Amino acid sequence: MSDRLFEAIIYFCTATVVGLLLWIIGDLAYQGLAHLSFDFLFSEPENAGRDGGIGPILVSTLMILGVTFLTALPVGVAVAVWLAEFTRRGSIAGNWVRLSLDVMAGVPSIVYGLFGNAFFCLYLGMGFSILSGGLTLALMILPVLIRTCEAGVSSVSDAWRHGAQALGMSRSSAIWHILLPAASPAIAAGLILGIGRASAETAALIFTSGYVDRMPESLMDSGRTLSVHIYDLSMNVTGGDATAHASALVLLALILILTMLAQSFSGRWLQGRLNV
Amino acid sequence: MILSKRNTLFRWGADRQLQPLLAALALATAAMLLLIVTFLLLEAWPVVANGRWRDFFTDESWYPLEGQFGLLPMLWGSIAIMVGAMILAAPLGLAAAIFASFYASGFVLRVYQMLMALLAGMPSVVLGLWGLMVLVPLLAAWQPPGASLLAAMLVLSLMILPTVALASASALASVPKPLMAGAAALGMCRKSQIMKVAIPVARHGIWSAMLLAVARALGETMVVLMVAGNVVQYPHGLFEPVRALTANIALEMGYAMEDHRAGLFASGLMLTSIVLLLAWLAGMTAKRELHHV
Amino acid sequence: MKQRLMMLSMAVAMLASAPLQAAEDRLMLTGSSTIAPLAQEIGKRFEKLNPGVRVDVQTGGSSRGVNDARMKVADIGMASRALKPKEADLTPYTIAKDGISIILHKSNPVAALSNEQIIAIYTGRIRNWREVGGRDKPITVVNKAEGRSTLELFLRHFGLKNSQVKAQTVIGDNQQGIKTVAGNPGAIGYVSIGTAEYEASHGVPIRLLPMAGVTATTDHVRDGSFPLSRPLNFVVKGEPGDLARRFIDFARSPKVNDIIKAQYFVPLGR
Repeated sequence: MSDRLFEAIIYFCTATVVGLLLWIIGDLAYQGLAHLSFDFLFSEPENAGRDGGIGPILVSTLMILGVTFLTALPVGVAVAVWLAEFTRRGSIAGNWVRLSLDVMAGVPSIVYGLFGNAFFCLYLGMGFSILSGGLTLALMILPVLIRTCEAGVSSVSDAWRHGAQALGMSRSSAIWHILLPAASPAIAAGLILGIGRASAETAALIFTSGYVDRMPESLMDSGRTLSVHIYDLSMNVTGGDATAHASALVLLALILILTMLAQSFSGRWLQGRLNV
Repeated sequence: MILSKRNTLFRWGADRQLQPLLAALALATAAMLLLIVTFLLLEAWPVVANGRWRDFFTDESWYPLEGQFGLLPMLWGSIAIMVGAMILAAPLGLAAAIFASFYASGFVLRVYQMLMALLAGMPSVVLGLWGLMVLVPLLAAWQPPGASLLAAMLVLSLMILPTVALASASALASVPKPLMAGAAALGMCRKSQIMKVAIPVARHGIWSAMLLAVARALGETMVVLMVAGNVVQYPHGLFEPVRALTANIALEMGYAMEDHRAGLFASGLMLTSIVLLLAWLAGMTAKRELHHV
Repeated sequence: MKQRLMMLSMAVAMLASAPLQAAEDRLMLTGSSTIAPLAQEIGKRFEKLNPGVRVDVQTGGSSRGVNDARMKVADIGMASRALKPKEADLTPYTIAKDGISIILHKSNPVAALSNEQIIAIYTGRIRNWREVGGRDKPITVVNKAEGRSTLELFLRHFGLKNSQVKAQTVIGDNQQGIKTVAGNPGAIGYVSIGTAEYEASHGVPIRLLPMAGVTATTDHVRDGSFPLSRPLNFVVKGEPGDLARRFIDFARSPKVNDIIKAQYFVPLGR
């Protein structure tokens, strides 16, 4: 009996969450769908973004996300592997790294923006650029990525590790060929959380990759992302609401596509090598 | 890759290089936090050096242009919003994670995963706008002013829910299948399988998911800026407006000069210390149980 | 694998090594987010008229604009306020004006408020609309965050200090103010006139309140009859460079009046 009650509670909670989300997306679609069109995706913004499209902004967004993930994924997985495989249970270094990551997860995004501006733009001389923005975002998503991957790698059953050792495999190839593929669902979850956080970020990018809405020609150019564009249109520009909602719909579609890519990456590339 | 594949059995040199490399990366990442803290300290130095920082705790309220730098009301505002958001998001998120791990399959599961990923990627400004234009007027009709502690709790819980749900689901998915099979073989009903086997085993991952969510809640800026009301006062009612430390930084940073600006950075430092304290406490209380089976 | 890595790093190197542009061709503006969309549109028109020139606009707030202009990190700083006495080492060039109007919800029957009533409302002495001739509804006072020039103008005009104001909601940007008042029939707030005019004419349920008998319109700001307005300034330290000089002159010329009006600001009365 309590089993049924429990099941009902679980379904109810999930339905509440899903319902709220559909409400929000519905509101967005209602306000922004009319503005969407093929042209919208490819043309330049005009009249402070109220007319025209979001072409250059999409390109900037993709470039920044590219920099973020090319930097964060290898570093994140590497640190996660180190934490899970190469640190003892109470080791000081391991605990210190974990603590730092947890604290970094709580630093406000505007502080990341100001820090990124001081460190990447000014101190390292990159100026307002896609590179600065991407690296700052990479810093922001590393905590979540590392903690999730670490949980995944450390939960892989020891039987796999013993088997690899018995076969005489070196530690590094055991990690690369066995452990990482086995932990791929966790890596995917970390990636999805990272994609979400990165695409949603506004405050950090205003100070690092900037406000310019021109088509970027290189990584050192300034370029605004979709979320910065949405923020500007809805909070700053008079009469930008409709375009803001349309841009939000495009951003949601982008997140969906990236999530599907992340899942297929972990599914095919990592897991496929296990043949399990 | 080709190198290690061919030399699986005999190459240990890679191992000798691997550990130092990984350790260096990990320490470099952790060092970034030190850099961030140093940056905050440097920018906050004017208020620290001239002793004004004591004002953070003694002044009545926050009126920087009149020389008042009391941070305590906003600190409690941040904490109140975080606690409220966690009270809502933790059970809901965990329930959603349980749903995804044990009750859903096939098409329903894929739809749920897409929706959760969408919620995870919802820009804070979009969620904040929805809160400002839909939720706050609803609350205002019930109890003015509308933009209040309750509004902030509700919208922020939506914001951190995906973190709880996705990270917990990941932890639950890492529960070894033989354990669940054993529980089923023993004839346990589904509820007991989940509550008595899966969750205790995944405890560490779920705890870490909660901590990530708490950190995210404390650090969230845009959403609380739009719906919390932003009046500097101690939180004394669900329908009263409050201001979070993060919203304070975002609201005033662009227009602050000298001491005011340094004070804002000092408040950022204070927030980071709170997260440090919480993370350290969480680390002490979480028992490190077996990861491997 | 090695080959793929090499190709990847070459691609990254190619992308990263953009041909550096000569300093004279680039203009960098930072500062007020209020002015940023305006500056960007003016910049785009300037770029079309002067091929090879790039005008980059970044935000960060008026004080950032002032600081960056002072440290020469930016060529021109944008400040949505008059300069303070401590900033006398910089030169302001006003490019437009922005009026401030008090707004009420459209359903609020109150037609006008005297200065004393406004002060009483904002200091919390009057708490219900029926005390000023409206319906029986508690007043939700909306105030702006500290440091903003809109707030300072408002306080100075009514002779108040911020610690005397008892607000129920504090907002940051104009749009937040408009959305807050539009969602609450008992709210009162103050925002930029141009923005309020636009939103009101597009169906958002707000109404502008006249001040001292003068209706709040951008025309009245232009001819100076409306009391509350602030300048939108480009600030430079010392003498502006050649390109900066040309851009500032362009921004102050009547050639960009249509852009200024399109952003719902008030062009200088020329």
